[in-house]
Amino acid sequence: MRAVITVVGKDKPGIIAAVSTMLAERSVNILDISQTIMQSFFTMITLVDLSAMDIDLEALRTELDQVAERVGVTITLQHEDVFTAMNRV
Amino acid sequence: MIFTPLEIEQTLKMFTEQNLDVRTITMGINLLDCADGDIDRALRRIYDKITRSASRLVDVGDRIQAELGVPIINKRVSITPIAMVAGASGGEELLRYAEMLERAAQDVGVDFLGGFSALVQHGLTPTDERVIRAIPAALADTEKVCASLNLATSRAGINMDAVQLAARAIKEAAERSADRSGFAASRMVVFANAPEDNPFMAGAFHGPSNPDTVVHVGVSGPGVVYSTVRRRPEASLDEIAEMIKKTAFRITRIGQLVVDMAAERLGVSRGIVDLSLAPTPKIGDSVARILEEMGLEAAGAPGSTAALALLNNAVKKGGLMASSRVGGLSGSFIPVSEDEGMAAAAERGSLTIEKLEAMTAICSVGLDMIAVPGSTSADTLAGVIADEMAIGVMNHKTTGVRIIPVPGGNAGEWVEFGGLLGRAPIMPLNTTSCTGFVNRGGQIPPPVTAFRN
Repeated sequence: MRAVITVVGKDKPGIIAAVSTMLAERSVNILDISQTIMQSFFTMITLVDLSAMDIDLEALRTELDQVAERVGVTITLQHEDVFTAMNRV
Repeated sequence: MIFTPLEIEQTLKMFTEQNLDVRTITMGINLLDCADGDIDRALRRIYDKITRSASRLVDVGDRIQAELGVPIINKRVSITPIAMVAGASGGEELLRYAEMLERAAQDVGVDFLGGFSALVQHGLTPTDERVIRAIPAALADTEKVCASLNLATSRAGINMDAVQLAARAIKEAAERSADRSGFAASRMVVFANAPEDNPFMAGAFHGPSNPDTVVHVGVSGPGVVYSTVRRRPEASLDEIAEMIKKTAFRITRIGQLVVDMAAERLGVSRGIVDLSLAPTPKIGDSVARILEEMGLEAAGAPGSTAALALLNNAVKKGGLMASSRVGGLSGSFIPVSEDEGMAAAAERGSLTIEKLEAMTAICSVGLDMIAVPGSTSADTLAGVIADEMAIGVMNHKTTGVRIIPVPGGNAGEWVEFGGLLGRAPIMPLNTTSCTGFVNRGGQIPPPVTAFRN
């Protein structure tokens, strides 16, 4: 399964490092990554492949929540199909 | 990146800020094969079939929610109208059926079970009549069971004998739950042209033309449409219609995704996607506020029917493009207690029952979740129902009535129904007598457009 992970928050050093380190530890492969500032917020969008992940989805969400709290950002994970369904005819 | 940051942001915001959700995955279960001359055996078969068919429904729904990151609020079951099943055992002891349905619903963990129902547009069988008379006690004694009646169709006309019985049942259901402001009546709806594949409550039932087991999905999203309209204050009305259409398309695609996944995982037939703007009492999840954002001071103001027509039509068009199986009610609901904007408009006197009635001519359902004074007679309720049925029958659309005569309640007082049902002021009702009319009974014939063969 592929998913889109979105990280939104106040810009500061180390956000990408914190998220990508955590993903690497869980064998989540980053396929694509982009970073912009939208409405003065740091926004990082990552397309990831979860097929080799060594924990289940629920646990991944929990760990992402922990990173979010530690770094002070909001992290959302949604299935790639959600974006395809809503944005592609 | 295969998606642009703007697409990602817009999609994400619909869920995080604009209350977009899949309101329900509803499993329709055929119970015709559970009918039995022996009531104990019939009840056991019903329980077994529901619990067997829906055993994984809640779990599958939760898993899809986790996987997609899309909130799925309710899981529900709809069944064959119980009047069709209970007749075999003589149609007696209907409360035992209601209790068994409640037990099955509790055991599979669904939020509601719909189908304590009868389809009586042409006339009443003895079992139909017993079902209607049993509804008040059935609703008062259960928490999850919902009742519905189809009283009229554009082919059959309006069964006025059934309208009278239904009005009395609503009144009695409210009285039996007087300690909860007539709450039981909120789980009962009467229809003209009831859809057989509706996933929304209280009117969901599994129509006899459906496959054995099927899943339908109901998607909601007034908040998303509201934000769409809000973004462009300078837009003309045709531009607003276009924007709403595109938004409805995107929302419905989520429903399509979920219904595909649910049907495959549960191994049952794929049903319909019902895109209905179903408001909740939450701020930012209101249909009334969409109409106001188009430029009305409050819902109910002149122009409200036109604004709702635009909205309802655009929602349908977007939905139809997004799913090849659009069904149910698909359009816009205009309940009062479930919509914080509608309730506020009712309190300030801008929204009256008469205006709501006009709006039901072009919305997707009808008079919905309206609290009226407890002193309202069954005859007056029957008159209100007959009017609403007439709008549906003559316009070839679904209309419904879900009205709560709040025991001891007076116009202007607020009542709380709690949860998704919300709160509302009791609305004054025209009490000029219609007794002579409704007590004539009989059938109001269908329109000439019914004779198409």
